[in-house]
Amino acid sequence: MFLEFVEGPLWYIAVVIFLVGIAIRIYEVLARGVKPDLAVPRTDGMAGALRTIVTRSWTAKGFSSGAVFHLIAGYMFHIGLFVLIIFAAPHVVFIEERILGFGWTPAPHWVFIVAADLAFAGLVLLWLRRMMHPVMRQISTFDDHAAAVLTFVVMFTGCMALLLSHDSLRAIHMLTVCMLMIYFPFSRLMHAFTFVISRSYTGAVMGRKGVQA
Amino acid sequence: MAKVVTEHDYKRGIEVLRTQIDAKIASYLSSCVNCGLCAEACLFYTETGDPRYTPIYKVEPMRRLWQREQTFAGKIGKALGFGRDLTEADFAEWQEMTYDSCTLCGRCSMVCPVGNDIAYMIRKQREAFSAAGYTPKGLQEASTRALEIGSPMGVTWKALSAQIGHVEKATGLMIPVDVQGADYMTLFSSMEIMNFPEYIEAIARIFDAAGVSWTVSSKAFEATNSGIQIGSSEIARELVSRVVDAAEGFGCKYVISPECGHAYTAIRWDGPNLIGRPYEFEVVHILELLDQLRQQGRLQTEGIDERHLTFHDPCQIVRRGGVEQEPRNLLGMVAPNFEEMPDRGIVNWCCGGGGGLSANEEAHDLRTTVFKVKKRQLEAVGVETMVTACANCRIVMEEALEHYEMPVVVEGVTELLAAHLKPKADAPQSAD
Repeated sequence: MFLEFVEGPLWYIAVVIFLVGIAIRIYEVLARGVKPDLAVPRTDGMAGALRTIVTRSWTAKGFSSGAVFHLIAGYMFHIGLFVLIIFAAPHVVFIEERILGFGWTPAPHWVFIVAADLAFAGLVLLWLRRMMHPVMRQISTFDDHAAAVLTFVVMFTGCMALLLSHDSLRAIHMLTVCMLMIYFPFSRLMHAFTFVISRSYTGAVMGRKGVQA
Repeated sequence: MAKVVTEHDYKRGIEVLRTQIDAKIASYLSSCVNCGLCAEACLFYTETGDPRYTPIYKVEPMRRLWQREQTFAGKIGKALGFGRDLTEADFAEWQEMTYDSCTLCGRCSMVCPVGNDIAYMIRKQREAFSAAGYTPKGLQEASTRALEIGSPMGVTWKALSAQIGHVEKATGLMIPVDVQGADYMTLFSSMEIMNFPEYIEAIARIFDAAGVSWTVSSKAFEATNSGIQIGSSEIARELVSRVVDAAEGFGCKYVISPECGHAYTAIRWDGPNLIGRPYEFEVVHILELLDQLRQQGRLQTEGIDERHLTFHDPCQIVRRGGVEQEPRNLLGMVAPNFEEMPDRGIVNWCCGGGGGLSANEEAHDLRTTVFKVKKRQLEAVGVETMVTACANCRIVMEEALEHYEMPVVVEGVTELLAAHLKPKADAPQSAD
């Protein structure tokens, strides 16, 4: 009964809030507009935007020493989470049956374990840094902690559901997933979509100036 | 005439702050995950360890206003009575973070994983603080002098005219003034006129040798723009307009931005957007022009400087301006063995005096403290001479070097080239 609810009505409500919320947030950003740059460009802004979308995925030369911890933990978390979401066997089945109508070869169990370890370790390291580093304590908000806790709970319940294969655990996992999806558009988790826009704007401006940002 | 706001009015500041949040800033605020990496790129944090100097925290008033008024979650929260509006106390508290601890150097903007241009955000926040009257006294006075006298240091045409007289006497050359139809109109910073007139002499000699058609305007000779620093587009627009009117009045093809960082940002990149149209002329930085002359064979030098040299990249010219290779090409002519500092080019550390800090006496001690990073850079290469291309960097660094008792001489690129200029009789002549 509970499983039917979280995989049925609650799932659809979460999907609608997730998609509509993201669309509204992106509209809120773009609707504010940017005045055209009237300064004669030195080089192409579009090329700069495309370059920065890619190059900000790693730390620029000259900045790496202060960013090693963050870079490693960040990659561990994001790569691990990506593999879990896209290639965990139950997710592939869910995506095929409930979303896209087609699936792909899921990752073998050992890959799931490695990905989960990476994601958990990365998230915990980033969260510890957030709570212990003076800078992180100064700038962190409720949202930062809420997003971290929610993501952790989703990953934890997901692993439990997969490893123990029990319907009640699956239902709890689906519940936390729905909660995360509903929370997503209201939170900093939006960076998963808006980072492309922010990198593009800066890349375009710097590209027009001839600076490889 | 634009005016400098000196009376506190935080409500006016909030009104202006609302208007500053464009799609760029909204995307930045939406993308920021508070990772704190920008702190590691900021000399105010690295040299003090004060987490309040984390760049993204400096724009906390902007984030709060955006979150509360411009996101649907914030609007719902506000309707339900959660959170609070910005207050006078917020403006008072963040004035230091907005002005005293940021040189707008943009180093933080190069490291942000989601690509946030935090320097741009702080520049925009300054618009609000400027409108609210929460600005350093030194910047208020500099801006007032710029508007009323024409120079943030109060340098008048008579003062420049006197310096020109000295240069003409020293070089035997005539400095062209108010020449209709000249190709290039040259600007100076007040700092060059009063502290480093050798720059004027250097370009006079180089332009004479290279056959450059140029002029100085008696009406608009000042390159610096206090409006950019204090964060008032209204003031910045008026100061840029003076240069534009003069250059277009002369029918010049080019305006030369001098060895001054923010002046280049003001006239080259911000200027057309401030006046709302492209110029009828091109803006060229003096380093770009000298490098063009080098490529054309019109700038010829002789001799090699044997001193152990390094180059300090002015933030607004290199990281925020795109003129990175030109100074290196030019230094290669006379000092091919100059040694680069550990961090260089677009990741170079600021001198600590940009963004109006050199005019902000309230930030003097902090400015001196954060110079420690430059001190370490210099100690790493162990040079006796540092060459740069910004008079503001130069005066700030000279003072700090004196404070730390470091025997390093600071020189300008143009001045160094002029010292090695091949005598005119030996150089090929060329009309423009």
